[in-house]
Amino acid sequence: MSGFPILSALVWLPILAGIAVLALGSGEAGARRGKLVSLVASTVVFILSLPLYFGFDVTTAEMQFVERVSWIERFNVYYHLGLDGISLPLVLLTTLLTPLVVLAGWRVIQLRPAQYFAAFLFMEGLMIGVFAALDGLLFYVFWEAMLVPMFIIIGVWGGERRIYATVKFFLFTFLGSVFMLVALIYLYLQAGSYAILAFHDLPLTMREQQWIFVAFLLAFAVKVPMWPVHTWLPDAHVEAPTGGSVILAAVLLKMGGYGFVRFSLPITPDASAALAGVIIVLSLIAIIYIAFVALAQEDMKKLIAYSSIAHMGFVTLGFFVIFQIALGGAGGAGIFGGDGAMLALQGGMVQMISHGLISGALFLCVGVMYDRLHSRQIADYGGVVNTMPRFAALMVFFALANAGLPGTSGFVGEFLVILGSFQASFWLAFLAATTLVFGAAYTLWLVKRVVFGDVANEGVASLKDVDSREFFYLAVLAAGVLLLGVWPAPLLEVMEVTLASLLEHVQQTKL
Amino acid sequence: MVCAISVILVVDVFLPPSRRRATFYLTMLALLGTALCSLYYGAGERTTLLYGSFVSDPAGNALKLFAYAIVALVFLYSRDYLEREGLYKGEYFILGLFALLGIMVMISANSLLILYLGLELLSLALYALVAFDRESSIAAESAMKYFVLGAIASGTLLYGISVLYGITGTVDIGELGAYFSAGEGPQVAALLGLAFVIVGVAFKFGAVPFHMWLPDVYQGARTPVTLFISTAPKLASFALAWRVMVEGLGGLHGSWQDMVIVLSVLSLAVGNVAAIAQTNLKRMLAYSTISHVGFILMGFIAGTPQGLSAAMFYTIAYAFMAAAAFGMIILLSREGFEAENIADFKGLNARDPWFALMMLMIMFSMAGIPLFVGFYAKLVVLESVLDAGLVWLAVLGVFFAVIGAFYYLRVIWFMYFAEGSGIESGGADDSLVAEAPASLRIVVSANSLLLLALGLFPGQLLELCGRVLG
Repeated sequence: MSGFPILSALVWLPILAGIAVLALGSGEAGARRGKLVSLVASTVVFILSLPLYFGFDVTTAEMQFVERVSWIERFNVYYHLGLDGISLPLVLLTTLLTPLVVLAGWRVIQLRPAQYFAAFLFMEGLMIGVFAALDGLLFYVFWEAMLVPMFIIIGVWGGERRIYATVKFFLFTFLGSVFMLVALIYLYLQAGSYAILAFHDLPLTMREQQWIFVAFLLAFAVKVPMWPVHTWLPDAHVEAPTGGSVILAAVLLKMGGYGFVRFSLPITPDASAALAGVIIVLSLIAIIYIAFVALAQEDMKKLIAYSSIAHMGFVTLGFFVIFQIALGGAGGAGIFGGDGAMLALQGGMVQMISHGLISGALFLCVGVMYDRLHSRQIADYGGVVNTMPRFAALMVFFALANAGLPGTSGFVGEFLVILGSFQASFWLAFLAATTLVFGAAYTLWLVKRVVFGDVANEGVASLKDVDSREFFYLAVLAAGVLLLGVWPAPLLEVMEVTLASLLEHVQQTKL
Repeated sequence: MVCAISVILVVDVFLPPSRRRATFYLTMLALLGTALCSLYYGAGERTTLLYGSFVSDPAGNALKLFAYAIVALVFLYSRDYLEREGLYKGEYFILGLFALLGIMVMISANSLLILYLGLELLSLALYALVAFDRESSIAAESAMKYFVLGAIASGTLLYGISVLYGITGTVDIGELGAYFSAGEGPQVAALLGLAFVIVGVAFKFGAVPFHMWLPDVYQGARTPVTLFISTAPKLASFALAWRVMVEGLGGLHGSWQDMVIVLSVLSLAVGNVAAIAQTNLKRMLAYSTISHVGFILMGFIAGTPQGLSAAMFYTIAYAFMAAAAFGMIILLSREGFEAENIADFKGLNARDPWFALMMLMIMFSMAGIPLFVGFYAKLVVLESVLDAGLVWLAVLGVFFAVIGAFYYLRVIWFMYFAEGSGIESGGADDSLVAEAPASLRIVVSANSLLLLALGLFPGQLLELCGRVLG
């Protein structure tokens, strides 16, 4: 496998396919061929990404599948790609979801379908690029370039207030990330190159670290999104087309989390330790307060969007609670044989992957209903189980997973984080654990109002159950959620060594 | 070399405009000829000509080559528009070439007086170009405004030059540089001269608070003229600032740094904020120019060779972006319809996805989004500013870049998100783009794709800018 530039193939194949789809034209026949090309290309990319998993060496924290070519000599910038245990699962998540999203838009998108599918292919390539980039500038290029197709996706195929939503989305994320650019340039001037791994070993004073940490925080917190910079997310989610919501929730949000473990923690460990308290408080606010906000929603997509924020709060909590554990000195053998910090980190990572699957699936579920009745209001539904039994079963399953039912992947991530938090402080874990109550409350209440009960109106009565295409993509996700829920070992195994070395790195002071 | 250009120009002037196409081709030929001359003679080391009043150095030659390329691009864009509007006269090209000659003189000037001479040649040609459409009262008004304000600025610059001459007894830029580097002489008087020179430079760039002429001229002039003004003369402004501020007054860097910071920050603020409110695309681009100038000036602030090469890269990138943007306006315009309102771009994606995509690339490039050259332009400038330890300035710069992104996005949302055509806003319909001649379509596409190509592989151009100024 070593000779074949597999990561480059994963990045550029979708982009080239996207260009091909655009070139096929916007006519009826062109659109049909375009769809086919998109599906084939994204499936090929998924299949290509499988050898990454099977060829991955789990015993080392080194970067694997590395490619490195000089790109801009003057600034010592390299086209440098590689994967470790943190980025591999995220790449796989991306390659898995894109074909599903293409399928989800198969019949629904009537307006300029070629452009729609091309935009998603561009997105896929750029997202993989973000996770695989090992050069700071290359990372930034992918990170920012991704805004362009997403801006178009929400703006063209979105709902009524799409322009407001997409501009807000663009400006929020752009504002966050330009400060990251300043930080990256600063690091470049210190280190003499943009290599992320060189940044990891760069000694920095506390003052420098704090400023860099804040700059990164602005970029990643907007993306995650953390309270109080989350307000773009409900708008973007609600207005985006189904596919856009799925990619947004499942992959884009993960970039924020990924940024924390790839940049913030290893580059500025001391500042992270010093400011961990702030992040933890913000995470708890996201977990508890946003859960209440979710309870009050009338719009299904909005509810799921708020639940995303709450769940991502767990990710940031898991990443930053490790410092509290280190401070408390309550390491030692835990239930899973690792110490509490390791559990929290793993929990955060699992939560990212799991949330990617679950929230993606929930948005697809809403999409299925929306395609039929063209409404996202909870009040317009009720008793869906009577007319769409197969769909209802899947939707209830995802909702339970979202609420953290044991046996689903949602449980594993939250449980690990809470377990880790216990070693930091009882009250911290207690507050975090309330999510199991609130999460259950808003999701189950949603299910009760939408799925169960008597048939609410004629619209619901006329609903047709999911066809095989819809069933397929929901079932794939359900299988993933279940698999990770009952047997998370394959995922944990991939991450273990990388996270352990990260933890070791973070505990060494740079001062 | 400069003589050779003059000869070609004179031949050009005396060619009768009866064969109208011929003027265009001859002009292009002249550009090609001068480019070859520059390439041939300019390969060598730094040399001075005519008793040290001209200088030929690598950076100057590189700038000149870009100036030829951009002027050629401008002429390619303009030809069809001028023919259609009944404005096709040899004068446009001849004035354009005179302006180019002015630009070249400025680029190669090694004496403040020669620099001033080049500037005046350029300015006079531009004044005439703005008033080119005799029938239009708006154009005449813009030309008048431009002329009066331009004359004041020239006077200021000349006054500054004379003060500097009074102190040092020389107008030779090299000697001036040596004099001020030694740190001798009366400081107050030097500051006085410096301040006047900077005002002159700022005016030519269009930096706030000396930007008043820019929006009116951009909007008032016919599109090909705006296109001309917004592109090649920016290279001249860069040359002016470089020769005077860096080579001549580099020793006073500490004194002018603060002034330029003020100019830069004000330009960023005013340009970006004012652009949001515009409905006329040309006017919006004028304000966006002001904000880009803020970034170019940022490159000078550092006072390092890196900063200077960053400013040069930015200027060149900007010239290509502006050429593409105005080229797009020309492409979409047609008889009796200027396509100069942002609303005219409504629904362009539905009518012509290809050119909507091109415009999208131009706008994102101007906003500084990666994959396009505009991003690297901002990147190198920010790098130089951070290198100089001015973190707050870099933060301010990116902050205004975000504000700036908003109005570029507005153009894109009109093209992509708004349905329907621009018919209600002034007569655009589905045949809009199809009417444009193939040559124009190709040039606009090539220009836009160039922004992408330079964005994917910026290495070469960065290398060039670094090498010639290093």
